[in-house]
Amino acid sequence: MTEPDITGLRVAVTGGTSGLGLALVRRLLDHGAQVAFVARGRGRVERVQRELPRAHGIVGDVSLKEDIHPIAIQILGTLGGLDVLVNNASSLGPVPLAPLADTECEDLELALATNVVGPFRLTKVLLGSLAASARDRRAPLVVNISSDAAINAYAGWGAYGASKAALHHLSRIWNEELSAEGIRMISIDPGDMDTPLHALAVPDADRSQLKSPDTAAGELVALIAAHIRGSHRVLESAR
Amino acid sequence: MIPATAAMQRPPDAKLLVVDASAHVTHYSQADFPTLVGASDLVVANDAATLPASLFGEHVATGRPIEMRLAGRRSLLPDDITRFTAVAFGAGDYRTPTEQRPAPPAFDVGDTLQLGPLRAVVVNVIGHPRLIEIEFQHSIADIWAGIARHGRPIQYAYVPQPLAIWDSWTRIANLPVAFEAPSATFILDWRVIAAIRARGARFATITHAAGISSTGDSDLDALLPLDEPYFIPESTASLVAETRRRGGRIIAIGTTVVRALEDAASYDGEVRPGMSMATLRVGRLTRLRVVDALVTGQHEPNTSHYELLRAFQDDEVLDRAIEEANAGGYRTHEFGDSLFVSDARSG
Repeated sequence: MTEPDITGLRVAVTGGTSGLGLALVRRLLDHGAQVAFVARGRGRVERVQRELPRAHGIVGDVSLKEDIHPIAIQILGTLGGLDVLVNNASSLGPVPLAPLADTECEDLELALATNVVGPFRLTKVLLGSLAASARDRRAPLVVNISSDAAINAYAGWGAYGASKAALHHLSRIWNEELSAEGIRMISIDPGDMDTPLHALAVPDADRSQLKSPDTAAGELVALIAAHIRGSHRVLESAR
Repeated sequence: MIPATAAMQRPPDAKLLVVDASAHVTHYSQADFPTLVGASDLVVANDAATLPASLFGEHVATGRPIEMRLAGRRSLLPDDITRFTAVAFGAGDYRTPTEQRPAPPAFDVGDTLQLGPLRAVVVNVIGHPRLIEIEFQHSIADIWAGIARHGRPIQYAYVPQPLAIWDSWTRIANLPVAFEAPSATFILDWRVIAAIRARGARFATITHAAGISSTGDSDLDALLPLDEPYFIPESTASLVAETRRRGGRIIAIGTTVVRALEDAASYDGEVRPGMSMATLRVGRLTRLRVVDALVTGQHEPNTSHYELLRAFQDDEVLDRAIEEANAGGYRTHEFGDSLFVSDARSG
């Protein structure tokens, strides 16, 4: 397998200070991408920023309407445009997990705000830059991080599963609508990973049975690189 | 704040006054805009996103409140944001008409300004006591974060509600480099762009750091527009050349597009791709070399926007168009109704 070539690709990752997001930021930088990452906690953003000085750390909460445009301005300002957006930040809903009948409405709302409305808002605000990337023949891509809980009905995962199902379907519809603009949108289930979010959901899980976030991040980078290569082949043959 | 569902930039009943190449004036609905685009035409828009460029704070030496409106920069490079040209205002905010705002303190080179989380130093006073060059004393990342979080969209007294950033964000917004919204772009949404393509026409963008439209001081206004950096993608330059070869029209969405394209073609008539500084002032004596038609907001005489219209049509025609617009109850200025003006020498 050849090394994925994503040199110079401008990528933004939400939820970039832990779990899959952080692993993805590291992998993307290793492969020469320009990366901006977003997370809520200033302390964590600063810590990751110190570890990865080439990345651009942005403090912001995608579940808050007022944070979306400031996040977008900082992404576009520091990267000088955008080719790939990874909507990775996620809320589990109630912790510990609860059956829907015992789920507080506020916990469901937070899961929807973080996992559906936030990605919708951020993607919508960044669509102009993704369309500009398409006009430059850079094959823009939106990756929404989903879960098998978006497809299967797992008891106790109601708020999370329902919000991820909504994100999954939103991705499919939006992908249809955006094809004319040359923007691709996909929803990916990275598998059960050994992440802080999984530990909140299943505190007694056998961690040896879980995928490492770094493995999942490597798969995602390969997928992004394959998309870029494939799109370029299509573009070349269309010439 | 204005609910997104009632956005004034996109009123559903917006009107479009059309002045064609033979100076005929016709009333359209703005929703009909795509029908004015021909199959061989190219529609070019400014995809600059709008910075929240109004920064409130204080002049540290005197302790007096100030508002700094960022108004210019040297390039569009992502890390070239340490220095800005800015227009200073004294106490108060947009609710006081700009011409009635108290003057800011006198600035000296070396003065410190504290603008929310951002600290800046005055490095130059440029030909007018309120026009200064400032230098932010922070990392690039902190400057972007400070402007994004502390800044407010520049606005004027004619809109009473405070604008939020999303009120100034166009559908196609890309790099955040405009100081005021490239307001003609509000005529575009993704459905309109699809409708333009469905007619066989093409769509392209430039990025132009649109400056501020008014300062409340006639001496200062006379210096507008300041030099403005712009970027023309390769794809846009080649689509312009191809359209002109095929005899199609170049339709500019907004005066900034006219300024960028004409400036980029000022050497030999061919639009050059890349980053440059628009120094060309388009006006009555300008011979348009690229743009055949312009969509813009309604502008009052004696503004730089209106002066630009004079490159397209004689004063007599523009006067007649403005009378028609007034008689038809058109909303003035950026938010709302638009004007589609063809170059009298094209078509």
